[in-house]
Amino acid sequence: MNVSLFITCLSDAVHPGVGKAIARLLARHGIAVDFPAIQTCCGQPAFNSGYWEEARAAAQTLLAAFDESDFVISPSGSCTGMIHHYFPKLFADDPVQLKKARSLAEKTFEFSQFFVNVLGLERLGARFPHKVTYHPSCHGSRILGVKNEPLTLLQNVEGLELVPLPYAEDCCGFGGTFAVKMSEISGAMVEEKVDHVLESEAEVLVGLDLGCLLNIAGHLRYRGKNLRVMHLAELLEEGVRGQ
Amino acid sequence: MKDSVRERAQAALQDDYLRNAVKFTTERLRSGKQSAAAELGHWEEWRERGRAIRLHTIAHLDYYLAQFADNARQQGAHVHFAFTKEEAVAITLEIARRNKARSVVKSKSMVSEELHMNEALAEAGIETVETDLGEYIIQLANEPPSHIIIPAIHKNKEQIAEVLSREAGKQLPAETSVLAQFARQKLRQKFLQADIGMTGCNFAIAESGSIVLFENEGNARMVSTLPRTQITLMGMERIIPTWADLEVMATLLPRSATGQKLTVYLSGITGPKRTEDSDGPEELHIIIIDNGRSLQLGDPDFQELLNCIRCGACLNVCPVYRQIGGHSYGSTYSGPIGAVLTPALVKNAAEWNDIAYASSLCGACYEACPVKIPLHDMLVYLRHRTVTKGRPDLQEKLGMKGFRYLMSDYRRLRKALRLGRVGQKLLSRNGVIKAKLGPLKGWHRYRHTQLAAEQAFRDNWPVLKQELNRSLAQADPRIEERLQAWVAKRERGNEYDA
Ligand code: SF4
Repeated sequence: MNVSLFITCLSDAVHPGVGKAIARLLARHGIAVDFPAIQTCCGQPAFNSGYWEEARAAAQTLLAAFDESDFVISPSGSCTGMIHHYFPKLFADDPVQLKKARSLAEKTFEFSQFFVNVLGLERLGARFPHKVTYHPSCHGSRILGVKNEPLTLLQNVEGLELVPLPYAEDCCGFGGTFAVKMSEISGAMVEEKVDHVLESEAEVLVGLDLGCLLNIAGHLRYRGKNLRVMHLAELLEEGVRGQ
Repeated sequence: MKDSVRERAQAALQDDYLRNAVKFTTERLRSGKQSAAAELGHWEEWRERGRAIRLHTIAHLDYYLAQFADNARQQGAHVHFAFTKEEAVAITLEIARRNKARSVVKSKSMVSEELHMNEALAEAGIETVETDLGEYIIQLANEPPSHIIIPAIHKNKEQIAEVLSREAGKQLPAETSVLAQFARQKLRQKFLQADIGMTGCNFAIAESGSIVLFENEGNARMVSTLPRTQITLMGMERIIPTWADLEVMATLLPRSATGQKLTVYLSGITGPKRTEDSDGPEELHIIIIDNGRSLQLGDPDFQELLNCIRCGACLNVCPVYRQIGGHSYGSTYSGPIGAVLTPALVKNAAEWNDIAYASSLCGACYEACPVKIPLHDMLVYLRHRTVTKGRPDLQEKLGMKGFRYLMSDYRRLRKALRLGRVGQKLLSRNGVIKAKLGPLKGWHRYRHTQLAAEQAFRDNWPVLKQELNRSLAQADPRIEERLQAWVAKRERGNEYDA
């Protein structure tokens, strides 16, 4: 079985710990993951801004990188959603690439989807005795449809107290270039999200998308709050270490 | 009005009254909708049904429009078709002239806002009075509506009392019952004097030529019974085929709009007053308006816009609308639907390019929409059109060239990631970056960024791989089996496709 990691550009560049955590969790279950180095990015920053040529240039590196893979795992609901939902549109005029794009969509899974739905693993044996709240990122939950999988994994962590995040489903204001182009609106949105995170009284905020997590963490830091912000894979991996 | 959505939004973000008022009401509406949908049950099936009806109707719009017009005429209504705004206004003014009308009472109609009907009537010396309470308030305040169904959503009670006190010539207390009482008295006189009653149209039923109005205040009923002449303005897409279809719409619309199971008044109007009727207009005119709608017909990316039933649910859940209110969108229709509809109605004219960017593409609008219009996708399509056919932002264009250069070849990306490691050190202090340079300016106004890891994932991979090789657990046969089963299922599916 050929299981590959689609690292996503953000985790690759900024926060490799997420990719490492996924690879380690897979290794614990006897799955050797490979990392085809020719991958770059799903193209979403360009696609969402309307630059589809530019998006294709990035996206085709994934079609090539994962041609041989049986499964592709990614730490991002948003990038996985891009492959599932928009790659067919992006490659609509090129039958050869379109076929590859469809097959990539079929075999690409967001991390929690892969563990819960494909592997059938809900309890990874993690212990994490903290108060945790979960932010469901918009693209992962609405476009890809990942809603219960991360909660299932969290509920099965020993010692973890999952506290509700008020207005959890509201966008954190990241939105890629939106955060730069419409920075004031984005700023108001992340401010409100952080208010809700603080209201939850959690010690740790967990999510599935680095874009949102970096956005929220950045604003927490700006406000001088030192709440931990983690990707679900990092939390689980930390929780199984030494168990 | 300020030039760009960004400038208008900046102004709105400074207005705490507005933001609090909008947050307060949208929150009430969206939680009302959620509980109404949950109480009804099978909401997703209802949405699917609603969408199917709208898709079918719009796909056969010419047929149903003709059927509607025939039936309405048979019932004695005058049916007019207006291709443009100007035509619709001209038809209205001609009806007013023939009736020697001096005053018009109106119930809420977004189409009339789109046509700037009140201004046109005023220019012709005809007094127009809005009779929906929210519309009445913003008419007195001389402002456009800021929400599709709650036009004065941006005002709090105190501000409303201020507006009505000015009209009353005395100070009214900020109490809903007193304010509503004042408006009711004032409007009653107007109803009795008016020569023309003007309504919008929630749905037009093709099989009987009827128009259907949903409302809560009873004013639309007065508008459509008291004056001698009635003019109904309807967008050409308001059609549904049958009364049975109305049942689905009546299930979806009030719940999506306000969380009500049904609005207080639901009127079906078929033709003018008959001899045996106790009330109703003697003359009924229905003006069917295109005004840019037919541009969407046959456009695979935007045709579904015509499915909209104007419930406002997408506004109530929109995290951007919630921060900046409706006026920031700069046109009659605001929120997610407005961001797409406004440019669509004017052939995606460049002056409206910027509103498509006032969205984080979170998809809450799509999730809330009772007829499942993919507004978040349409916003991306609009941006794509700006890039390919319009005038894209030069800085962004340059940035995207850079993106393409780096992301089309992993070797370039690797080099850039290494260079970035050096660069970030120059920008940082104590492991945190706050620099407000170039594109980082907006980001760092609200955020402090932690330094990226010493090594990119790809540079760390060889080391990680060795660690993984050492620690790899024994393969679990159950997991192997599951993976194989997934692959087998996928291959079976593909065989079936072929
Ligand atoms: S787009 Fe959908 S949610 Fe928005 S107003 Fe129209 S029908 Fe309602």
